[in-house]
Amino acid sequence: MESLSNRSKVVSNKEMTFLERIYLPAVLSGIAITIKHLFRRKATVSYPEVKREFSKIWRGHHVLKRDDKGAERCTACGLCAVACPAEAITMTAAERKKGEENLYREEKYASVYEINMLRCIFCGLCEEACPKEAIFLTDRLVYTDFARDGFIYGKDKLVEKVDERIDVTVRQTPAVLEFKKHKQLSHNK
Amino acid sequence: MSDFLIYKILLVVGVFTVTLVVAMYATYGERKVAAFLQDRIGPNRAGPFGIFQPLADGLKFFMKEEIIPSVSNKFLFILGPSIAMITALMAGVLIPWGNTLIINGAQYSLQITDINIGILYVFGVVSIGVYGIMIGGWASNNKYSLLGAIRASAQMISYELAMGISIIALIMMTGTLSLGEIVNQQAGGDWNFWNVVYQPLGFLIFIVCAFAECNRAPFDLPECETELVGGYHTEYSSMKLGFYMFAEYINMFISSAVLSTLYFGGYNFPFMNDLGLSHNVITILGTVFLFAKIFFFIFFFMWVRWTLPRFRYDQLMNLGWRVLLPLSIVNLLGTALVLLWIDK
Repeated sequence: MESLSNRSKVVSNKEMTFLERIYLPAVLSGIAITIKHLFRRKATVSYPEVKREFSKIWRGHHVLKRDDKGAERCTACGLCAVACPAEAITMTAAERKKGEENLYREEKYASVYEINMLRCIFCGLCEEACPKEAIFLTDRLVYTDFARDGFIYGKDKLVEKVDERIDVTVRQTPAVLEFKKHKQLSHNK
Repeated sequence: MSDFLIYKILLVVGVFTVTLVVAMYATYGERKVAAFLQDRIGPNRAGPFGIFQPLADGLKFFMKEEIIPSVSNKFLFILGPSIAMITALMAGVLIPWGNTLIINGAQYSLQITDINIGILYVFGVVSIGVYGIMIGGWASNNKYSLLGAIRASAQMISYELAMGISIIALIMMTGTLSLGEIVNQQAGGDWNFWNVVYQPLGFLIFIVCAFAECNRAPFDLPECETELVGGYHTEYSSMKLGFYMFAEYINMFISSAVLSTLYFGGYNFPFMNDLGLSHNVITILGTVFLFAKIFFFIFFFMWVRWTLPRFRYDQLMNLGWRVLLPLSIVNLLGTALVLLWIDK
């Protein structure tokens, strides 16, 4: 059969030559290679002191954004849950009461919003689907835990604090901004 | 007389301590060398550069739960690591760690004892070490342990033959079995070369056999994880496992010391008599040089371990019986012929 990649080699079980049989040349060339590595630059990153630089478009721990006045942007439309290929997102919608206008941006909001971080594949389709610019993936890490329950992140971990906003400008790529520009929806004005 | 006794006791304790400390730090060295050869950093958390890592490891060994399998032979199970440890420590007695020190006009040798059958003693003690592994493996009552132990003993016995014969060639050349005497013959800087110059083939055979005797890679078949779980120490836990591993490192240290002594001039170093230093200073410098040689060989052991893959068992036996043994006999005959020719 014709080779498509031209990378396959025919295996042969030929007898070893004399030089191969006395092992020493191979051993010497081997230790010559390893001694060179002794002086190489080490690949280790000493983690807690030194942190590996993240890519600019790193997709990590999600954030649920608030608007300028500190109200949650999410309206529990469920588009992110539909878009999610890993089915990691669930939510329960609720209606905004009177006097909660400073908490929720529109009449409908998510009373429960959970992402299962064990299921999530950090593909970013949720933020692409979101019509309200509410969910973004950030450069934060999802921490380890001893139990599976600990990986189901509720609103307590997802919604950003009013006094410590999370910058997502790097995620607002030209494509995202273009998307925003063309939509004639009130929240983009 | 009491001076002499006190001196000897001090020396014994000193050598014992140094052996243990070197073995302890060899474990640290092994991890560091392994890491550096693989472009990593290695242990660096316990203390500066991780130098307290061996202490932490030792503490961990002591704190671990000690499990003695209910189906094992308890006495032999405990005897195994004890023999391995004791025999490993016994060989250090004969190594000449340095020349003599002159204190108040009296000469004190840095060798604990120089018996006239020195090499035989070292070989005897090292051979007993096989019992430690064999007994431990058998007493565990576990088929993997037993297989590992059988492999270990077969391997050690096979390679002892070639090693012994390569040593006989050296002994024929030096005409003595005493280690102190062999080192003194290599003394001085004027065209009095180390034995490795006269016995390169013998040295090669010896060092290959030393790898096999110490159960070090590429001959670490007795404990190859892929086939035998852990080999002869599968059932061992806590400090008993620690003793087996420790014995391996002590063996490595002693083999390096024997290698340096027999083939690399022991405590002698080039131009030692031309420096015009006092006797004591040269002795101390010599000891430093001996340890430098030993550390180089320990590094070499590790270097090879982290380079070569493990031999297959049939390759191992092939190499031992059909390559090294005939080669050592050829070396022996060649040495004998040359000696006869010189004698004439």
